[in-house]
Amino acid sequence: MSRFIKPLQNRGLTAIDAVTALIVILLIVQMWMLSATLDIDLAGHTDAAVPAAIASGLLCACCFALYAFVRRIDRHARDE
Amino acid sequence: MPEPPRQCQPLWREEFSVSKADERYVNRRQLAKFLTLGSLGMFAGNVWIVVRGWFRHAPQFARATVARAGEMQVGGVKLFQYPNPGDQCIMVRTAEDQYVAYSQKCTHLSCAVYYSRELDRLECPCHQGFFSIHDGSVLQGPPTRPLPKVVLERQGDELIAIRMEPEA
Repeated sequence: MSRFIKPLQNRGLTAIDAVTALIVILLIVQMWMLSATLDIDLAGHTDAAVPAAIASGLLCACCFALYAFVRRIDRHARDE
Repeated sequence: MPEPPRQCQPLWREEFSVSKADERYVNRRQLAKFLTLGSLGMFAGNVWIVVRGWFRHAPQFARATVARAGEMQVGGVKLFQYPNPGDQCIMVRTAEDQYVAYSQKCTHLSCAVYYSRELDRLECPCHQGFFSIHDGSVLQGPPTRPLPKVVLERQGDELIAIRMEPEA
């Protein structure tokens, strides 16, 4: 493998940056959701806990899917 | 000397590459991994809240005599502790035959609320949060939740606290 960045690798880096930004956005939503659920729970209401956990699980699954995508791009671009 | 193929390199060499091109990938991949694990942590936090809710027991409230019916005049106030020592509550005689009691702890930042006889409401002096004397709901100010209400039962001459609503 060359020590220099090839155009395809550069595109790979850009794609990884974009995916990382998406993961950051999902993580911020999850952080907000966790703090809101905790606030509601400490107020003695438990109604929102299960829907919030399901939504958080979906966002987490999205993050893992995006991470798998990052790994795929990474492997593909570095093998070039 | 030519580098061996990537598959033949040990993991440490791949992760601590001397090649700048490779290092950029490693940094980004590790950041993505860190963020994804953070996301997993947030999910675990939400699951923990759900599990905590399942195992939470409904609080048991003891009955406690908190006042005698005639000991306050209309508009009078009495402080008492319920359900535990240190849980300060405030009772107000709002009419000849009507008594209400609430937790004295403001739902904003836990300052002690007091009864304003002129305006007929409970007031928190710290941040000007005002609560209705009739149901404890927020009238104005930063609190978002009503004051927990002490449910009273009258037995002859005695006023007995039987539980809190909503349960704290």
